[in-house]
Amino acid sequence: MNNHARFTAFRWRSDQQWEGYVFLLPSLIGLFVFSLLPVLFSLGISLHEWDLLTPPVFVGLKNFRNLFTQDLIFSEVAANTVFFCVAIVPLQMALSLLLALALTRRLPGAPLFRAIYYMPVVTTIVAAAMIFQWVFDRNYGLFSSVVWGVGSWLNAPLAPPDWFNNGFWARWAVVILTLWKNSGFTTVIFMAGLQAIPRVLYEAAAIDGAGRWQSFRHVTLPMLSPTIFFLAIILIIGAFQLFGESYVMTGGGPGYATMTVVQYIYQSAFSYFRMGKGAALSWVLFVAIFALTLAQWQLQRKWVHYESNT
Amino acid sequence: MRAIPDAAQPRRGYSLPDAIVFALTAAGAVLMLLPFAWMVSTSLKSPAEVFAYPVIWIPRQPMWSNYAQAFGIAGFDRMFFNSVFIATASVTLNLLTSSLAGFAFARLRFRGRDILFALYLATLMIPGQVTLIPVFILIRALGWYDSYAALIAPSAVSVFSAFLLRQFFRSIPPDLDEAARIDGAGSLRIWWQIALPLARPALATVAVLSFLGSWNDFLWPLIVIHSRDLWTIPLGLSMFQGQYAVQWHLLMAGTTIAVLPVLLLYAVGQKWIVSATAVATRGNA
Repeated sequence: MNNHARFTAFRWRSDQQWEGYVFLLPSLIGLFVFSLLPVLFSLGISLHEWDLLTPPVFVGLKNFRNLFTQDLIFSEVAANTVFFCVAIVPLQMALSLLLALALTRRLPGAPLFRAIYYMPVVTTIVAAAMIFQWVFDRNYGLFSSVVWGVGSWLNAPLAPPDWFNNGFWARWAVVILTLWKNSGFTTVIFMAGLQAIPRVLYEAAAIDGAGRWQSFRHVTLPMLSPTIFFLAIILIIGAFQLFGESYVMTGGGPGYATMTVVQYIYQSAFSYFRMGKGAALSWVLFVAIFALTLAQWQLQRKWVHYESNT
Repeated sequence: MRAIPDAAQPRRGYSLPDAIVFALTAAGAVLMLLPFAWMVSTSLKSPAEVFAYPVIWIPRQPMWSNYAQAFGIAGFDRMFFNSVFIATASVTLNLLTSSLAGFAFARLRFRGRDILFALYLATLMIPGQVTLIPVFILIRALGWYDSYAALIAPSAVSVFSAFLLRQFFRSIPPDLDEAARIDGAGSLRIWWQIALPLARPALATVAVLSFLGSWNDFLWPLIVIHSRDLWTIPLGLSMFQGQYAVQWHLLMAGTTIAVLPVLLLYAVGQKWIVSATAVATRGNA
């Protein structure tokens, strides 16, 4: 940004002094009431025990301490979150990058394919989760029927997984639902990134004798790294904030195998009316997201390639 | 030539790798559509057909009555009204507050502007979950629990929309404002008569995003809405699921009813909706 030019050309205008604030007023009020004050309020609540019926009792950091020292559900929830991050982020990246590469190749029907892949993105998560609950139904779902069909065709008794009664499979069901639902979004972002890569670079690479893989490795990937970086941040945040996927499809189960942080916040605050615990959880979530994002910003210097820097 | 994977590249016919890529992409597309097809197919089955093996894709006699039944039991007419009303009100208010704020940040010169803008951007980092409990308590204290206001008020302001619109307003040549000011127009008039008409594409982007956000929101209505009369579509659908578990023909009919309007809208405004997401993420990056 040309700060210097802006600085010299810029004058505060006294007649716009109050106008500026009047224009901002409605959104400022909203911001204060629904965002800034609640953040502080939430920090305060996290230091209390409060069921909304009796007055809040100050307990210091007890809510936080409990989460990390004696809350076995929280450890499971944290482990689930790590699993969802590790499973969803790379898979969704890889799938949508491949898809974006395919869709930018001028295939016949590419616009139609893009439209199809994007359909789940506009579908409400509740509907999507219900459809997948039915697809993965152990006894009558589409998936089981296909497995049995293949089994009888191969003359081998294949047994479909019991998706929702087995923690391992239930977690994968959440992953599959998430990939189905969100891949179209990442694909569109990747396509925009791919289309912004100047053709000259590929021509230069071809002249230098680069094959397909080499031009992908040395042109596409570096040029795409800002997009990859941005998506990594968005997808990790998304994996930390899953809710409808598990709430509707698995109910967080079996046991707590697919319980997400947000569902645990919901359960603590709105099923058991433990506002302090819920607020503490939400702050742990906030700090975790913040720290991860910060770490990624620090790491980006090592691998993200920005054209303007060179 | 062959090594250049670029959309703008002129082509003469398709090669074998093209055919393989096409086949894989098409197979993927079928896989993406399969859950939708399964939903529609189930929604037209009789209860016996739902549990049949091997799977029946096309019911012998389409049970259109499933739709009537699901529509009636779940009260989809009321849910539609609620969802449309809440989304429309949220979008309108959001456009109003965000365009005013975006305009002030982009075009007005007042002291404290840059600090306030930095404050705005800082709030973008706050995840919604942190404010969930305090805003719920606030809504309850205001007496708004279980009301339209509880759903509309928090989404009437969006920092992200204000940010997007600010970026757009900054791209409008300043000469336009200056000329209007010389002609005696005030800031309000410039906002309404010059900035807003020019910003139509950006306003459309904001409208699409906030509409989808409101329409698909599930967690917040789940927390602040109790009465059946106020259920939105996602909320009503999840309640319906709770009551009619394993009545898959009814559940899938309800799901189809819930999904269809958005998919139809999407079919009409596909380019628009997709580019809105792309624009939004670019603005965010």
